[in-house]
Amino acid sequence: MKLNIFKKKAKAAEEQQELTEEQAAEKTAAEELAAVQKAKAEEAANTAAAQGQKGASLAESGIKAEDVGHAFKTARTGASLSGETEEERPVKFKVSDLNLYYGKFWALKNINMEIREKEITAFIGPSGCGKSTFLKTLNRMNDLIPDCKITGEVLIDGVDLYGKVDINTLRKRVGMVFQKPNPFPMSVYDNIAYGPRTHGIRKKAKLDEIVERSLRQAAIWDELKDRLKKSALGLSGGQQQRLCIARTLAVEPEVVLMDEPTSALDPISTSKIEELAQDLKKDYTIVIVTHNMQQAARISDKTAFFLLGDLIEYGNTDDVFNRPADKRTEDYITGRFG
Amino acid sequence: MAKEMVLREGEVDVSHIVPINRQSAKDKLRAYCNKPWSFVLFILIAVATVLAIGAVLLVLIFTLIQGLPNFSADLFAWEWTSSNLSMMPALINTLVIAILSLLIAGVIGVFAAIFMVEYAKSTNVFVKIVRIAAETLAGIPSIVYGIFGMIFFVLLFGWSYTLLGGAITMAMMIMPLIMRTTEEALKAVPDSFREGSFALGAGKLRTIFRIILPAAVPGIVSGVILGLGRVVGETMALMYTAGSVINAADPSGLMEQGSTLTVYMYMLISEGNAYYGQVWAIAVVLIILTVLINGLAEFIGNKLKKEY
Repeated sequence: MKLNIFKKKAKAAEEQQELTEEQAAEKTAAEELAAVQKAKAEEAANTAAAQGQKGASLAESGIKAEDVGHAFKTARTGASLSGETEEERPVKFKVSDLNLYYGKFWALKNINMEIREKEITAFIGPSGCGKSTFLKTLNRMNDLIPDCKITGEVLIDGVDLYGKVDINTLRKRVGMVFQKPNPFPMSVYDNIAYGPRTHGIRKKAKLDEIVERSLRQAAIWDELKDRLKKSALGLSGGQQQRLCIARTLAVEPEVVLMDEPTSALDPISTSKIEELAQDLKKDYTIVIVTHNMQQAARISDKTAFFLLGDLIEYGNTDDVFNRPADKRTEDYITGRFG
Repeated sequence: MAKEMVLREGEVDVSHIVPINRQSAKDKLRAYCNKPWSFVLFILIAVATVLAIGAVLLVLIFTLIQGLPNFSADLFAWEWTSSNLSMMPALINTLVIAILSLLIAGVIGVFAAIFMVEYAKSTNVFVKIVRIAAETLAGIPSIVYGIFGMIFFVLLFGWSYTLLGGAITMAMMIMPLIMRTTEEALKAVPDSFREGSFALGAGKLRTIFRIILPAAVPGIVSGVILGLGRVVGETMALMYTAGSVINAADPSGLMEQGSTLTVYMYMLISEGNAYYGQVWAIAVVLIILTVLINGLAEFIGNKLKKEY
């Protein structure tokens, strides 16, 4: 009997402890997040100002403000330039009448879409709507799945992606970052160097340069420069994911596909990756699948909404979120289902 | 003198802390008073542990006590004579057969496993049949392999008793084992590694040899160790294929006959109790050999793993 009382007491104490710990953790996380956001805001303001000046001079010579930089949203509002007659960027992917079947299951239904260069295109939709599947048709990762049949046409720079292309060269051009960080069980250095080595780069000096450049691009050089020889599996989840992004960038792709890259990460790592995506936009075409609608709204230029294998709506992120043309889109983004 | 405290980053000095989350032995006993059955279970587990460790230690210590005093330079003489009864030829035969059979079975077994996991579709009927066959073969008593080897190599090929015939028979015996363990090890490598590699534009071969095999090395090594143990410990199958001649055991070629350590041991025992001392000494050598092989395999496994 006495023992039981002890137990209860211990349990209560434990709960108390857990509670306070949780609160503390929340508090620090919130503080860190606030700091990051503050830094981000400052940076955005700075770039906006810079963009504004640059944009103003460029606008006269007929170049659109959007072309200038990665913080274009802030720039656009900050400098209020001639953004109304936005000329579209060149088409990177042109998808026509794409159908995809897993066995007898019709997973993608008559998809028609154009994805443009050096923009962030976000795919949103409830689970199982086909957005990840569609993403994987863009670098033929679906080929690995037995029983997956595809009809229709996907062009990359006007060339049929399912035609006579070398699949390894294609995947070098169209890199991919996965939902769960998947660093190889090697050192940080070897992880990054794996891709370039695959494509025939052997010289140490060249590899060193690529490793540093990729890690810098992925904004993780400062964190990892002293542990290049350490195992990549010892990194935190957010670091691992940025390492995977760096690994993808190391083969100098044209397109980076991201399959829910932040769904396994904490808010701070998420904001770092979002920032990174914004940064990368000036050099790469980015297609991102996300469950997080705020994320799509924050970082993307175009948004596509999928539902049960159909492409319901596709357009400028602004329009899709603020003036959805389809009732289902509206229901989804206002949280009525999904 | 107080030991100097070495604290790494993020660590604190805990020497002065009195933890409240420790149960004393008395507390534990009192807790068992409420639950007599868990006390009985605890006792059973403790007894089982003692018995298991005790049995192993008994064999080990007994063998060492009996064997070590019988060690002599004679036993390790290069040439066997009826007076020195050297185990050297048998030891070399054992190593030759072990290495040869492991090379054959290792290469074929690992490649077959790669085909089954990475190339064949999982629904393939052929693969299923191979898998069932491998499982069956791995469990067959070794003497069946011995009879097969004798009929095949000794009689049909007309090789008579040869080390090569013995090694191939051993390879056939451990191949299913190595294949199955390698297959399991390859399957245990997460698909995300494969996806990651393919997404960087790496081909299938590169993915297999640079990513998947290195990640599967620990599993493969454990299969190889099991196989090695079976080869080193095998007696009957080798008597029928490599022969049991002890006086002509000078290892001069693969097409010669010769006995391994276990076969030699068996022959000495069957001579009566005059040679028990030598038998115990050979037993000690076998134990040492096993320990060395396991250590070596682990070392190689770690080397391969660390590189990638």
